[in-house]
Amino acid sequence: MDGTLKTVRLRAAVPVLPLVAFILVTFIAPLATMLVRSVYDPLVAGAMPETLFLLSEWDGKSIPREAVFEAAVRELLGARQARNLGRVVTRINRVQPGMRSVIMKSVRKLRRISGSDSWRDTLIDMDPAWGKAQTWQAIRRTGERFTMRHYLHALDLDRGPGGGIVRQKPERRIYMPLLGRTLAVSLSITALCLLLGYPVAYLIAHAPHRWTNLLLLLVLVPFWTSLLVRTTSWIVLLQTRGVINDALVALGLIAEENRIAMIYNMTGTVVAMTHVLLPFMVLPLYSVMRTIPPLYMNAAATLGASFPRAFWRVYWPQTQPGVFAGSLLVFILAIGYYITPELVGGRSGQLISNMIAYHMQQSLNWGLAAALSGILLLCVFVIYLIYDRVVGIERMKLG
Amino acid sequence: MRRESGARSRATPLGAAPRTPPVILLIFLLIWSQPPTSAESLTVVSWGGSYARACTKAYHEPFTANSGIKIRLEDYNGGLAQIRAQVETGNIHWDVVDLEIADAVLACDEGLLEFIEAGDLPPGPDGTPAAQDFLPDTFTECSVGTTFYSTIFAYNRENFSGGEPATIEDFFDMKRFPGRRGMRRTPQVNLEFALMADGVPLDQVYATLSTAEGVDRAFRKLDTIKEHIVWWTAGAQPPQMLADGEVVMSTAYNGRIFNAQVLENQPFTVVWDGQVLDKGQLAIIYGTPRLKAARRFLAFAAKSESMARLGRYISYSPVRRSGSALITTHIETGVDMKPHMPTTPENMTRALHNDWEWWSDHVDEMNERFSAWMAR
Repeated sequence: MDGTLKTVRLRAAVPVLPLVAFILVTFIAPLATMLVRSVYDPLVAGAMPETLFLLSEWDGKSIPREAVFEAAVRELLGARQARNLGRVVTRINRVQPGMRSVIMKSVRKLRRISGSDSWRDTLIDMDPAWGKAQTWQAIRRTGERFTMRHYLHALDLDRGPGGGIVRQKPERRIYMPLLGRTLAVSLSITALCLLLGYPVAYLIAHAPHRWTNLLLLLVLVPFWTSLLVRTTSWIVLLQTRGVINDALVALGLIAEENRIAMIYNMTGTVVAMTHVLLPFMVLPLYSVMRTIPPLYMNAAATLGASFPRAFWRVYWPQTQPGVFAGSLLVFILAIGYYITPELVGGRSGQLISNMIAYHMQQSLNWGLAAALSGILLLCVFVIYLIYDRVVGIERMKLG
Repeated sequence: MRRESGARSRATPLGAAPRTPPVILLIFLLIWSQPPTSAESLTVVSWGGSYARACTKAYHEPFTANSGIKIRLEDYNGGLAQIRAQVETGNIHWDVVDLEIADAVLACDEGLLEFIEAGDLPPGPDGTPAAQDFLPDTFTECSVGTTFYSTIFAYNRENFSGGEPATIEDFFDMKRFPGRRGMRRTPQVNLEFALMADGVPLDQVYATLSTAEGVDRAFRKLDTIKEHIVWWTAGAQPPQMLADGEVVMSTAYNGRIFNAQVLENQPFTVVWDGQVLDKGQLAIIYGTPRLKAARRFLAFAAKSESMARLGRYISYSPVRRSGSALITTHIETGVDMKPHMPTTPENMTRALHNDWEWWSDHVDEMNERFSAWMAR
């Protein structure tokens, strides 16, 4: 009996398998790879095992002994043979800028040298940087297989000369201010969406039946329109010589030379993102409002409550599941938004996701990009936990 | 039933509904026939716009006429991410790329490009060996230089009735020349402009940038005009912004301004003082199955004649001694190209050579610093 029940259950699970596989391949696996990449980097450790082993006994202050130099020369030349040298050097250069040319130049010269009595003297002769402790510290740090340096970097921290964790110099702090800005912008966008979306949802939910579809369509058509088209339309409207500025000038409200900068800054990002994300607020709100029977409001009115009072005491509490669902949805979408700030954000309207894209596509520092993404993921998770604690996830209603 | 083979289904009598095999066959056929891997075609990736058009006329079309190998042109906006993705997955559909020199060196170090061979560098028309004919530092282990291009600043004459800007100092002089400036949204070139305008001699620019104080100094100089800068990203933007009146002057690639001057009769003037010279590079993607054809193409593009022909379509000059002598006139308008070339001696009175080695060491560091500065 028990056995057959199991079989039945298993059989029932079969149709879900494709979905499970799909989620595994397109969501869990990439996410896991990314998180692993943010702390694990075996490349340098694999290319220079002996040097790193010898360096582990080094005091970190003096010039390392000859054996270290000898191993480094051999392993750097070996990495070149394996076409790996560039990747090794790129990583060392990130820890200690300037090391790229030191190592590449030295390796180019080393290829022409057959042997040496003292590789230590030979290398220091080629470049005095080889005689500095920080060079070897950089190599030692890059050689860590498991490393927190990407996370330190992403948190605007650094290792001090003594190995302790210190804050970056103020002019180099970039990711934390940017994360703070991203959270603040997402919060204001969520608030704006709620402010704009609530009346719209109310209107649609309580309009005469024949109007409902038309009004819904007005929300859905922008929702179905390509993101790029909507973003570029805002460029047309908001730019210095755009429709709105032209109209203001023509009406004499502002002078020709005082045209307002509404795009390529934070204003542009907030306006365009609010517009793009608005349907994600309106739809959950609408679906909740639709189910609220008008009877309650009528009852409140017959008991003598004014409309604002009835609204606030009777209607608003009932729409809360929609408010929470819409807010959470908009907020989480907003903190990961990339393309709109890229197009209309200009100098001051960039968000953390633009930095992640930069490290993915331009600097090819995937470890740092992964660490930044990991921090963003953690933020979403914390917000979810707070939400669950304060509101309770079971109260959310998406439609 | 499911195991019914293609052969069986062909044997089914007419009228019976055909099952899946023909569809699968079709898909297979599509996959098999898809890559045009034959030696008859190469994919060359370049920067688009007037520059790519000039390359097509100057050496893509003559190469096809000469060898029978067709060129498929694709555009990109620089960066190494796409090349890296192709090499790492082994799914290579680009063959030859037009790169900035710092990127070419980086990509070479990362193992993303083929090493160049002696045959890729053809001798000059009079038989001078390539090593002597190429100007110093114009090719790397993995790439061959094709042109000198320059980042200059240009202004729209309509905006200046009294004095006109003449030096790089004037670009930073908001008192004498008020109005918004266009600059590329990168630290590259901008830091150099800032230091030159702040009085750092040419040969000290990169030495100064190598110190923390020097970097601070460059950013402080940029601070003085920060509120008036409009940032651009694509080479086609500066002429547009100058024509629209969005900015009164802008940094730009000299060839793009030249095109606007001669083809669109725009009232732009190029200020050569403080120009930053660069060398455009061609390189072959590592592991391309069309290596032989790609090498032939590289050798053709690296000929002095090809470089000189490019200089008849856009004002970018040859990186070979023998090529410089071949500069003549613009092919469409007959304008003499000499005064428009970045390497013409009159334009070189204060010209900085972009130090790719310095940039490949410091690009990540400077980009972070630049982003932090931008956000403030």
